[in-house]
Amino acid sequence: MAKQYETVIGLEVHVELATKTKIFCGCTTEFGGAPNTHTCPVCTGMPGSLPVLNKQVVEYAMAVGLATNCDITRYSKFDRKNYFYPDNPQNYQISQLYLPICRNGFVEIETGSGTKKIRIHEIHMEEDAGKLIHDEWDDCSLVDYNRSGVPLIEIVSEPDMKNGDEVIAYLEKLRLIIQYLGASDCKLNEGSMRADVNLSVNEAGAREFGIRTEMKNLNSFKAIARAIENERERQIELIEDGKSVTQETRRWDDNKEYSYAMRSKEDAQDYRYFPEPDLVPISISDEWIESVKATIPELRDEKRARYRNEYKIPEYDADIITSSKHLADIFEKTVAICKKPKEVSNWIMVETMRLIKEKEIEADDVSYSPKNLAKLILLIDNNVINRTVGKEVFEKIFEENIDPDVYVKEKGLAMDNDEDGLKELINKVINENPQSIADYHAGKEKALGFLVGQTMKATQGKANPGMINKILKDLI
Amino acid sequence: MDLMSLTAVELGKKIRNKEVTVVEAVNAAFNQIEKVEDNINSYVNVIDKEVVLKKAETIQKRIDNGTLAGPLAGVPVAIKDNMCTEGTLTTCSSKILNNFIPTYTATAVKNLEEAGAVIIGKTNMDEFAMGSTTETSAFGETKNPWNVEHVPGGSSGGSCTAVSAEECSYALGSDTGGSIRQPSSFCGVTGIKPTYGTVSRYGLVAYGSSLDQIGPIAKDVTDCAVILEAIAGYDEKDSTSIKRENYDFTSALTEDVKGLKIGIPKDYFGEGLNKEVKERVLEAAKVLEDKGAVVEEFDLGLVEYAIPAYYVIASAEASSNLERFDGVKFGYRTKDYEGLHNMYKKSRSEGFGSEVKRRIMLGSFVLSSGYYDAYYLRALKTKALIKKTFEKAFERFDMILGPTAPTTAPKIGHSLTDPIKMYLGDIYTISVNLAGLPAISIPCGVDSKGLPIGLQLIGDCFKEKNIIRAAYTYEQTREYRRPELVKKGAK
Amino acid sequence: MANIITDETIDYVGILAKLELSNKEKEQAKKDMGSMLDYIDKLNELDVTGVEPMSHIFPIDNVFREDIVANGNNRDKIISNAPESKDGQFKVPKTVD
Repeated sequence: MAKQYETVIGLEVHVELATKTKIFCGCTTEFGGAPNTHTCPVCTGMPGSLPVLNKQVVEYAMAVGLATNCDITRYSKFDRKNYFYPDNPQNYQISQLYLPICRNGFVEIETGSGTKKIRIHEIHMEEDAGKLIHDEWDDCSLVDYNRSGVPLIEIVSEPDMKNGDEVIAYLEKLRLIIQYLGASDCKLNEGSMRADVNLSVNEAGAREFGIRTEMKNLNSFKAIARAIENERERQIELIEDGKSVTQETRRWDDNKEYSYAMRSKEDAQDYRYFPEPDLVPISISDEWIESVKATIPELRDEKRARYRNEYKIPEYDADIITSSKHLADIFEKTVAICKKPKEVSNWIMVETMRLIKEKEIEADDVSYSPKNLAKLILLIDNNVINRTVGKEVFEKIFEENIDPDVYVKEKGLAMDNDEDGLKELINKVINENPQSIADYHAGKEKALGFLVGQTMKATQGKANPGMINKILKDLI
Repeated sequence: MDLMSLTAVELGKKIRNKEVTVVEAVNAAFNQIEKVEDNINSYVNVIDKEVVLKKAETIQKRIDNGTLAGPLAGVPVAIKDNMCTEGTLTTCSSKILNNFIPTYTATAVKNLEEAGAVIIGKTNMDEFAMGSTTETSAFGETKNPWNVEHVPGGSSGGSCTAVSAEECSYALGSDTGGSIRQPSSFCGVTGIKPTYGTVSRYGLVAYGSSLDQIGPIAKDVTDCAVILEAIAGYDEKDSTSIKRENYDFTSALTEDVKGLKIGIPKDYFGEGLNKEVKERVLEAAKVLEDKGAVVEEFDLGLVEYAIPAYYVIASAEASSNLERFDGVKFGYRTKDYEGLHNMYKKSRSEGFGSEVKRRIMLGSFVLSSGYYDAYYLRALKTKALIKKTFEKAFERFDMILGPTAPTTAPKIGHSLTDPIKMYLGDIYTISVNLAGLPAISIPCGVDSKGLPIGLQLIGDCFKEKNIIRAAYTYEQTREYRRPELVKKGAK
Repeated sequence: MANIITDETIDYVGILAKLELSNKEKEQAKKDMGSMLDYIDKLNELDVTGVEPMSHIFPIDNVFREDIVANGNNRDKIISNAPESKDGQFKVPKTVD
């Protein structure tokens, strides 16, 4: 009889915070920039340099903790994590081990079998490392410290997840919360959100967890799902072969769809944590917590409810639109300009979502401006163009963020509202399609649509369909 | 007139009164360096004379137009080579930094520059401040001007000899376990370690971050108080920097110890304390008593635990602080290597001296998995208890008096073979750093070999003024003694 | 000597500290560490029950900076002491990622 195996998964998620400056110095965190142009003695570990903590980092960490139901640690400290690697300028990372800023939280996810709580063990602050680039030409590596010192929070979950779907749901929930807080843009593909997966398997009903491995280099939800499946199978195979799983860190290669052990005898994995003597502890008062609470903006659930009440859009639509703070922002800003929530919702739900899928991008990458969508909606509403043309123009807005007013003018797409000219054309169509007239009179509504279609064709789509309809009905 | 025999404040006054120019002062320093430096080896790096003279002229102009009017304007100073000086080699007396030129200046040094100081050079030290004799320097040992067969003490040996041999008017040192006070006592000069957090550590190459402080070394208490006022201050670049209520240390330069309660720890006067040192120190206590201080013996407690606790904590912090020296971003990189970790190991093993390697290994060990609680945490708990013993003492006394070191300067080559014995020489100074207290060492005589003896006064946190007052009062009863080497060379 | 330090320990510490000792140095290191640890064992004489480890000497907390950009492009300065550099980056032996 085939054994049943349970999978036990915990996640360590690193999130790059959206502060303007690094965690311990006044260098910018701006993305891009030529190598080492966003550095100073502090974030490059120069002798005699000292760290000074960015207050905004603490407040973002507190906000994320509060939004994930954590206890805020009232007396929190930093510790040094010692290990040698070139992307780590001091060869120690300032992190938190003994007194992390948030503990014992949870988020709720929706699974096939209902709502499930995924517990958060702790959240702590730490500094990011620099970037290593491999130079094939010179057979060496090159170090850029622009990213060194960028503030991170690490969210450590309990091993509460059982499969890839739950992991994805958890990550999406975290992402949503953190995006809504404005604490980070949480883009997996850009590295502002990174997930390491800890996975073990055990026979169903076993009392103990199996030995777990850690997997890194998971850069998309798809990669995460594939890696989990692969690792589960790999561990089960080892166990069934009578071998044991080695506790190790493995690197996932999504192209080859396999993982390999990142073993190094040069690395003892003994980090010798001790309290950071160059930084003083953080003492968090009730007042400070209240003031951070007050800065927490409307989160997803609230926003979704408000959309239904204020804008009167259906629950399903509100759900989809608020599933990305970015989309929700586009929605609200567009509505603020054109005051037509149902229209805006439609354009987001139908055309925007369609194009997101077609172009295989994320909702967060949608880059058109609310101003242009609003303009498009008004063009259609004012009968300057019809909906069909509207769709084409929207695609241009989506791809290149063109200004529809300018575009319509340039391309001469304005509807032909010349009623007399249209009447003439329609008469021609009627004469050419006597069968349709007969069908229509016989009760076949579709025939009218056919005639409208023919008219549209004859006008190269420029006619006003409403007008066509009216004229047709009058004439036949 | 022998300008270098003056105190910094005296020289500063003459400069302000237009009796002496800054260029003349600088030339006097360079002349003295020429005379004695080959015998003493105070400096790792004497800055190019032309460069310094140019600086002197700039400072003279600013003194003339009134923008520089402070007591130290135009006075030549030597800086210990573990404080970063922009554009000037900073080596920590180590091979691993033998070519390091910082692009920034330590805050304390910047403060001196803003006061019009003229930096003559960077002084020799024990490598990365780890040592008590300046023998672990990668650039040769420094000799004691009182007897060149003896060590000057350490780790700020070069700063103290530069002052004692009059190769500068004053100097800056750093003190982690006694590194300002002990060499001051061995060289017959005055040095202060301020309360932790008083002087910014930004730009000071870290050894024991929770213990390090920068402080003045000079011929007398007045100089030290003036220098301390110039370098102390809140620095937002140093998170451990403290915003003190006042920094007017010079207001304590008064001869008045009436009613001052001075405690002498009985546990400082046990075995291991040289007889002559004991006698001179107790005589000094009597002088203060005669002047109206109330002197009393007491039990401090826990004295023998300070050294082991210190070495665990300092080595642990140092092992981490020195990880950045890896041949990647600055400093020495080994010539032949295979792969990254080999480069790390070879660069560090070739670049660091044996005392540094010894402490790095000890420090890594006491922090390592399985040992952290037994060693590091235990040492931190001991530190807490030691601080308590001082808190208790300061409920009764305004200051604690004792020897700075249990002996006078040992002979060169006699200390490094027995590290534990060498560490025991720190017995009076080390607990002061553990508790973050201020302390001063002033000369109080010489032994039968003619080697200087130092008296240490320890104050409660933030109470520099108490110890400055007592030290100043005592100092008025004696003459400043110059080493023969300097007297001979004098015109 | 109560603390006997083995070759294994020295090798392990060497990996942690990235130090490579010759055989002669290793022997000396074993002796030195052993006697230092013996000396440090003195701390076990003290009763430290209930004592909080003191990592910071003064009860100062909450030292912060504001989230304002204060530094510009310092690349030339930062790279000026590099033993080896290329294209404004620090050059190191190939790392195994």
